[in-house]
Amino acid sequence: MNEIMITTEKLTKKFGEFTAVDQISFDVHKGEIFGFLGANGAGKTTAMRMLCGLLLPTSGKATVAGYDVYRQNEKIKRNIGYMSQKFSLYEDLTVKENMKFYGGIYGKSDAYIKQKTSFILDQLHLNSEANKLVKSIPLGWKQKLAFSVAIFHEPGIVFLDEPTGGVDPVTRRDFWKLIYEAADTGITIFVTTHYMDEAEYCNRVCIMVDGRIEALDSPGQLIKTYNAQSMDDVFLKLARKAVRVDD
Amino acid sequence: MRTLRFLLQKEFRQIFRDPSILRIILVLPVIQLLILPWAADYEIKEIKLAVVDLDHSGYSMKMINKIISSEYFVLTDYSSSYLSALDDVDKDKADLVLQIPVNFEKDLIKESQAKLFIAINAINGVKANLGGAYLQNIIQDYNREVRLQWKQIPRFSPETQIEITSSNWFNPLMNYKYFMVPGILVLLLTMVGTNLTAVNIVREKEIGTIEQINVTPVRKFHFILGKLIPFWILGLFVLTIGLGISRFVYGIIPAGNFGTIYVLAAVYLLAVLGLGLLLSTYSANQQQAMLLSFFIMMIFVLMSGLYTSIDSMPGWAKMITKFNPVTYFIEVMRMVVLKGSSLTDIRYHLLAITGFAVVLNGWAVVSYRKRS
Repeated sequence: MNEIMITTEKLTKKFGEFTAVDQISFDVHKGEIFGFLGANGAGKTTAMRMLCGLLLPTSGKATVAGYDVYRQNEKIKRNIGYMSQKFSLYEDLTVKENMKFYGGIYGKSDAYIKQKTSFILDQLHLNSEANKLVKSIPLGWKQKLAFSVAIFHEPGIVFLDEPTGGVDPVTRRDFWKLIYEAADTGITIFVTTHYMDEAEYCNRVCIMVDGRIEALDSPGQLIKTYNAQSMDDVFLKLARKAVRVDD
Repeated sequence: MRTLRFLLQKEFRQIFRDPSILRIILVLPVIQLLILPWAADYEIKEIKLAVVDLDHSGYSMKMINKIISSEYFVLTDYSSSYLSALDDVDKDKADLVLQIPVNFEKDLIKESQAKLFIAINAINGVKANLGGAYLQNIIQDYNREVRLQWKQIPRFSPETQIEITSSNWFNPLMNYKYFMVPGILVLLLTMVGTNLTAVNIVREKEIGTIEQINVTPVRKFHFILGKLIPFWILGLFVLTIGLGISRFVYGIIPAGNFGTIYVLAAVYLLAVLGLGLLLSTYSANQQQAMLLSFFIMMIFVLMSGLYTSIDSMPGWAKMITKFNPVTYFIEVMRMVVLKGSSLTDIRYHLLAITGFAVVLNGWAVVSYRKRS
């Protein structure tokens, strides 16, 4: 648990006058499930997009998988997986074709793709749907599939941006089971959410308010520190400080 | 290369699964090529003529008959007063009014000269100009016939007459379809190339899959090639269908080499695909992309010399046509199809189109960013 996978130091992103992410500093260790919490517009997604190499930081330092986000962002991309808020598999390709495509563009061999595809189909019980177009399968399955595709190339870190938006509690629980299974294989999980029950599944959580980090600790420790009943309580205590209006 | 293979495979699968794309590349060219060339005809026929014959003489009747027996005019009214004929013009029942004055025959015989009056409805300038000119031609012809009748077999004509005989090179029958079809084909390629590419990429933006691609190590160059190659092939396919229709429906067999057409089309498609790519980098959604490409297409069509001759445009407009890739390709198509020009004849056009391809694609590659 000591190898550091992500480190940031005073990482900042400004859009004109607006400071979306304000000098955040934290470390994420290998195999950790690191939760990024915050109200809408707190800067979670912006922070994540900088780490994934989709957005250029304004100032501060950050490395992901040992690579610098400014200069080595293409190297970072070999080592990460990403699942965005928007559902981003190709709806007009089949389940199998999506896996083949994403495996292929990460440079995986045909043998690897074949073996990994059948592993995932078994894991998700999707064998009967393998040759169906993605648009025809239910949302819950799509989300699980999107996660599996995001870690298809076995990256060191996977970034999940509000991965369980809009699905029912049962599917969310199934989804977290997948996350745990992935974490067990040594993949570091960086996940943003605003579901507080999900926050409790994380090893450590970081609560963002108005672009800054207000608290960072394990859920149990946070509840103790803030003298709260639950993570919900902790979050409400901190989030009330927000002055920024939801965008 | 392996990455490109996966990108291409994905793109082709999506294309063949999208019925709207197949419709656009199969049905659109066929319909346009079957309809437009018949409508886009410069020849003016069936000009509506109202005659005001105040003379009612043998000569006036003969002249009217001569005018109507030409295929250009239809007699829509034979009225007794100029005012009622003008009323026809008002109601759009007549384009031209020919007034034959009283004593037309008498003056013609006695004084060897007579006056006629033509009033032209100039709302449609082309029709008015050509109609007026045709009518004058026919009347002059009639005039000559009358003179010949009187001066029975003269030894020499007292008046020298210059008669002009012309022959139409490259399009001897002046068949406008020979002129329009190659041009319309170029427009089709332009629309297919620009629109399909722009909309395709912007759709990936809207769905969010482009972001997913942007977090992968796929290189920008590969991504762009993965988009260009399929649409390039589709473009050449549309061209082939179009040339087939020109051959089998209009009987147009290029005087030049098919190879020349394909070489030009291959480079030209790169240019219009590059334009589509460029539009996609500046549009956030499909509506924006469609509007942008619609706007550009309007200018491209009107400033390309497809419908109006570039030679008769004012100087500044001529300059604009030089920055329009469509101009060059339409010119080349006409040169190759009608004149049989070879690659050496069109090398400057090829060079210009290559320039467009390089600039547009270069610009698109620079402005497409994986990271914002």
